[in-house]
Amino acid sequence: MSGRYPGYDVEAKRDTPSWNRATREAIDRRLAVPREPRFFTADEWTTLEAVCDRVMPQPADRPKVPLPAYVDQKMADDIQDGYRYAVLPPQGEAWRRGLKALDQEARSAFGGAFDTLLGERQDELLRRAQTGALTGEAWGDMPCKAFFEHRLIPDITHAYYATPTAWNEIGFGGPASPRGYVRLALNRRDPWEAVEAAPGEETKARRDNSRVR
Amino acid sequence: MSADPFAAPRATGGRAPDVMRPGAWLAMREYAEDDAVDFVVVGTGAGGGPLIAGLAQAGFSVIGFDAGPYFRPLEDFASDETEQNKLYWTDNRIVDGANPLTMGGKNSGKSVGGSTVHFAMVSLRFRPEWFKSRSALGYGADWPLDWRDMWGWYAKAERALSISGPTRYPWGPERPAYPYRAHEINGAGDLLARGCEAMGIGWTPTPLATVSAPHGKSPPCVYRGFCRFGCSTNAKQSQLVTFIPKAILAGAEIRDLAMVGRIEADRGGRATGVHYIREGRWRFQKAKNVVVAGYAIETPRLLLASADARHPQGLANSSGLVGKNLMVQSNQAVFGVMQDEVRWYKGPPSLTITEHWNYDDRKDFHGGYCWMAQGPLPIEWVGIQTSARGLWGQALRDEMAKYNHQVGLKMVGEMLPNEANRVTLDAETDQYGLKVARITYGWGENDKAMIAHALDQMQTSLERVGATDVFRQTDDTNHLAGTARMGFDAASSVVNSDCRSWDIPNLWVCDGSIFPTAGGVNPSLTITAIAMRTASRIKALAASGEL
Repeated sequence: MSGRYPGYDVEAKRDTPSWNRATREAIDRRLAVPREPRFFTADEWTTLEAVCDRVMPQPADRPKVPLPAYVDQKMADDIQDGYRYAVLPPQGEAWRRGLKALDQEARSAFGGAFDTLLGERQDELLRRAQTGALTGEAWGDMPCKAFFEHRLIPDITHAYYATPTAWNEIGFGGPASPRGYVRLALNRRDPWEAVEAAPGEETKARRDNSRVR
Repeated sequence: MSADPFAAPRATGGRAPDVMRPGAWLAMREYAEDDAVDFVVVGTGAGGGPLIAGLAQAGFSVIGFDAGPYFRPLEDFASDETEQNKLYWTDNRIVDGANPLTMGGKNSGKSVGGSTVHFAMVSLRFRPEWFKSRSALGYGADWPLDWRDMWGWYAKAERALSISGPTRYPWGPERPAYPYRAHEINGAGDLLARGCEAMGIGWTPTPLATVSAPHGKSPPCVYRGFCRFGCSTNAKQSQLVTFIPKAILAGAEIRDLAMVGRIEADRGGRATGVHYIREGRWRFQKAKNVVVAGYAIETPRLLLASADARHPQGLANSSGLVGKNLMVQSNQAVFGVMQDEVRWYKGPPSLTITEHWNYDDRKDFHGGYCWMAQGPLPIEWVGIQTSARGLWGQALRDEMAKYNHQVGLKMVGEMLPNEANRVTLDAETDQYGLKVARITYGWGENDKAMIAHALDQMQTSLERVGATDVFRQTDDTNHLAGTARMGFDAASSVVNSDCRSWDIPNLWVCDGSIFPTAGGVNPSLTITAIAMRTASRIKALAASGEL
């Protein structure tokens, strides 16, 4: 997939004045996230992988951003948000209960584990969670809508847009310390910013992006 | 690279970090725990910072406590949204009510310098009438402060923070030119200006607390755009780089990683000091005066948690108002897509502003609001796309791909005080063993009417500049106020005009908690101006034997 910013690689700026030492260390730690679960059980992990693939589908022509690993890391290290909705249990318990409940909903509605269902059926269950329509007993007193909005979606999508892969796709300048930017006006681009491909100009954009440092 | 700022306190052994020079230190005076210092100030943000500095400069012995670490921005700060979560108060709090508040990075800092380390630097004066909103405008409550007095303190605060802004401000009574010239306007700011001009309303470059020319060891802003995640160059004039170093030079001590859990009061009804935990051990610091400056959640939490047999409702709470009248500001937004490349991640996020509806009273609701240009970074942006539009899957990816063409306008609106909006203590405890805050919030009818008005106005502005795919973010709030309001008597307020509690004469509150009304602009400059005024008043009270 070439996308809007073909060939743009924000990590090519790693050794430029746009990435200070604290940034390089932070991104290195992020990219070295443990790929095996420390918090989730094998069954929970299987369901979580399937949920991540529907919430944030990723192109087949590159390695996936390991989204389940980031969710697991947040739970294992108990990295908190600073607030919790009174209707939700603590984050780790919410995830365990939510994944188990989604799997049970899958079995009762479609006769199979969540991860074995077709994508459209997985989406159907997630949409029902989003609208508050799932009421199986595994949810207990946790509203599925609050779990979906305030736990499932933010934990997965925030992890994705914290990665260079995601920044490349949307043409974000990425880290900028201490160099910052000079050309602030509309339609102006510093030489260290992504080049957007005009229709039919992907090859030129790819060449220009290879020089972005 | 210096050691981990969370692992052990940095301000110890007679020195504190010199945040302007890597690896360097400032000599710092230290006080013994059983020596009763003149003032303990709990919190080092927009309220605590200027007060600690002002009291130390007046010759008082002062210790400033902060629960958070003492960062060295030049070494510790990454250009990264996730990494910089370390600036925020992420300890647990429970939120409920009809409109539960989003806390954490939206409104709560936990570090020396408080929320000013991550604030967006927007530095605005109140409209004069807001200090008398009950008697002049018919809503809320009057402040026991005079706007003409405040005008002088605002000017002092603007000089102390080297505010950059326009030569002539379009609204309100005359004010001096800002100390530093206005910043260059980015694409997002330009679109706000064009929208206002198309609608026939005023706009201006936003007065900002980041320097547009060198100041001391602060270099001019380099337009990184990570302002709300900490400034790694020290262009931002946070408390950490302004008042706190001044305070240390004047003889104040700062205790970082020091969480105050309880204020002690004696039989005579005076505060005697604070219990705090540092390096895993509970300790007690004696003090002749205690100032609480923890902002509108932690301040009432501490006062309520300090209840004893003589003060079963908590300290300074004979009125029953501690924790009540919590206010936030409505922070709704409208977003759209431009043909142009906007690349709103460059520069401070709010380089232009309109205060038109703070000064035009032809509205069918009370209070006012402003709106500002926006520049959310990717994680904040995906949070808006998912919460405001319910997007996920390929639909979300498709929208995120438009990132560099997005434009947006966001309001800061005055919500009205309501006693039902409040902070109480929950049964759950935090890592210190202290009861966590439960925060209950719901919008009133006036709040909803203002939001509807602002959304229509902002949408019109975006449409006038040719934005397409316009959508609204209808549920967001920011900033904090209330919960220990200042007023005219002990029955209807917690502190007087000097931020001194009515009940306990040596217990003070100096932060956004003392606001009787929230106003329609970002609160930090008003908090700072009042803190500078309070330091001056305490000096005068001491001179006349009234301390």
